[in-house]
Amino acid sequence: MSVNYNVLGLIFASMHDSYVSELTKQRTMGSIPFGGRYRLIDFPLSNMVNSSVAEVGVITKSNYGSLLDHLGSGRDWDLSRKKGGLHLLPPYSQTGGIYKGRLDALNNVWSFVEHSSAKYVIMSNCDVITTIDFNPVLKQHMAEEADITLVYSKGKYDCEKNSNATILEFDADNRLKDVLVNPQISGECNMWLEMFIISKDFLKKIVFDAASRNQYSFTREILQGKKDEFKIMGYEHKDFFTRIDSILSYYEASRLLLDTSKRNALFKHNLPVYTKIGDNGPVKYGIEANVKNSLIADGCVIEGTVENSILFRGVRVAKGTVIKDSVLLQGTKVGSKCNITSVITDKNVEISSEKVLTGSETYPLYIGKDGKI
Amino acid sequence: MYTKKRVVAMLLAGGQGSRLYALTKNVAKPAVPYGGKYRLIDFPLSNCTNSGIDTVGVLTQYQPLVLNEYIGNGQPWDLDKMNGGVHVLPPYETQAGASWYEGTANAIYQNMRFIERYNPEYVVVLGGDHIYKMDYSKMVDFHVANNADCTISVIDVPKAEASRFGIMICDEQNQVTDFVEKPKEPKSTLASMGIYVFSWDKLRKYLIENEQEANALRENGEPWSKDFGKDIITSMLRDKQRLFAYEFEGYWKDVGTLDSLWEANMDLLSPSVPLDLYDPNWKIYSRNNNMPPQYIGENSNIENSMISEGSAIDGTVDFSVVFSGVTIEEGATVNYSILMPGTVIKSGAVVEYAIVGEDCVIESGAKVGTSPETVENRADWGIAVVGHNVTVSENKVVEPKQIIGESI
Repeated sequence: MSVNYNVLGLIFASMHDSYVSELTKQRTMGSIPFGGRYRLIDFPLSNMVNSSVAEVGVITKSNYGSLLDHLGSGRDWDLSRKKGGLHLLPPYSQTGGIYKGRLDALNNVWSFVEHSSAKYVIMSNCDVITTIDFNPVLKQHMAEEADITLVYSKGKYDCEKNSNATILEFDADNRLKDVLVNPQISGECNMWLEMFIISKDFLKKIVFDAASRNQYSFTREILQGKKDEFKIMGYEHKDFFTRIDSILSYYEASRLLLDTSKRNALFKHNLPVYTKIGDNGPVKYGIEANVKNSLIADGCVIEGTVENSILFRGVRVAKGTVIKDSVLLQGTKVGSKCNITSVITDKNVEISSEKVLTGSETYPLYIGKDGKI
Repeated sequence: MYTKKRVVAMLLAGGQGSRLYALTKNVAKPAVPYGGKYRLIDFPLSNCTNSGIDTVGVLTQYQPLVLNEYIGNGQPWDLDKMNGGVHVLPPYETQAGASWYEGTANAIYQNMRFIERYNPEYVVVLGGDHIYKMDYSKMVDFHVANNADCTISVIDVPKAEASRFGIMICDEQNQVTDFVEKPKEPKSTLASMGIYVFSWDKLRKYLIENEQEANALRENGEPWSKDFGKDIITSMLRDKQRLFAYEFEGYWKDVGTLDSLWEANMDLLSPSVPLDLYDPNWKIYSRNNNMPPQYIGENSNIENSMISEGSAIDGTVDFSVVFSGVTIEEGATVNYSILMPGTVIKSGAVVEYAIVGEDCVIESGAKVGTSPETVENRADWGIAVVGHNVTVSENKVVEPKQIIGESI
């Protein structure tokens, strides 16, 4: 099957913006740059396209200008279509003001969902980065005749570090037993990847029911409140994932990509990650360039030393400069003889010559968009 | 219904490029990879888009499969248009029979109906095998300002090389008075770049005349040809039409041979060569294959090179152009070479002064090419070439100047 009209994708592009307030000051979660040439929304969007989902709605909340610019007509994801394709769903709340939670958001966009001929709905956030084929999840959902199938992965949870993680517990039959939000425990847990499959009819029932009771939280009202009443099942995604819930986790997640096995798990040959095409030239390495263990996007010109770092499109590193353990977002320009360690520079930051900037592995120095040093 | 287009471009992409040997065994010359992430045809197509020309006919004939797939609907070049856009034009059968393109002029002649649908005033004729950035709209303006019938883009070449080109002899007003193909004793150093602007009514007239004359000659068993330089330009000069030379200043490189293809890639690494691939106002567009950024490993040592998306480099790379999805393992050495997409250089392999085609595997201990200093007799030295999808097995050697199209 090349295109599946029976499944509708919904992406929450603005869920948990406040966790990474530095990076979402001028953008929303879905448009946070990641991995050298991507934005976070590229991962769920590509997952859906690679799973043959024909129609995808993107639910936005605020600060979504850069997201609209990135997605355009959806052409770069092959979603500029007459039948199905990409639909941007700007915020609007029937209860006045901007929607509060997932159920409220779904209620607001219900007319879009209603118009779809799909029988099933796959939902995903943007703050979990992974590569997944949803077809086996859908197959399991149908075979088990579940009301809701939650996608989870086993991962290390640390209550000191991770904020607002949802931990799931299942019984022997893989049926949801307990749901804990941010529990005061640490260790290996079933982490909900905030992806799930539900039939459209069932979704309609819970969304309308919640609206009539002025409820908006899917986790609290449905997962926690109805776990005994509904048949909520788990699907374990046994592959690499990482979650962005703070600027530090963004920094760590970025640097995980320097691990070849993790990088290969995220960028699979048969499940490519699509993004807006930049038409940059190849990377140019100068005569004194010295690059080790780094991920470099096209359009960069490197004349200095770069180690253990991620360089986005169009970054310039001048002669005599040393960049270590850093993440330089697109268009960052670093002058000559600088020493940059454990720094995150946002878009179009310019650092003039002979500057020394040092953050730490546990507290990277963040320089805001268009900053000039 | 077709809206009128002031300018239509016709891109001659049917040539075999036989002097590129193994590299054009299964692909047309304009689809040959160049510059890390491009194919030759990206340059004229991007120039069209950047010049505001949105209607392009691409004339294909030789091995069109890769080229057709690459062009697709023209979206990477913004040439997927409701009206106009890029159209691949292969030879076709008519009631009168089927005929291959019998020369550059005949290829356009056979597609006159394509051009007429847009009722253009000017037709720009382009080749698909040159590397350059040029604003064709300025050349059209020059053509209009001179009230010309045909304008030929020329470049000033060194006197020693002039006999390799079609040479234009001009008066002080840049009006062409004579044209000589590869003259032994050149009277000028203005070489034709194979880029023409024609007023469509004039081109139409001369295409029909050339067709009739050539067919008549053929029936009489006499030599005939249907080419732009040889026939159309010569006839127009004979008839005292207004032909002008438009002098181009900037980087222009013919990549008709393996040596010139290698040189044109090496030019990108030279700071003195004025071909900027990073100009946001004149991007060279290409079809993207959605690969992650390149990963440069712990053991790598890269200097003065160009490397593209999806590559994983852990070896030594010096003065080289590496395309997307290439793997260079730890302990492999690549110097002064061009590695086309998807190629793997295994640990311990050495590639020097070479062009390695797409999806090749150079096994460990293999040696492809060598530097000119190590060869006793300089005449024995040349670029080593490995064609597409070729494996060079462990410890095998590809000598300088050698061209291999099959695995060894």
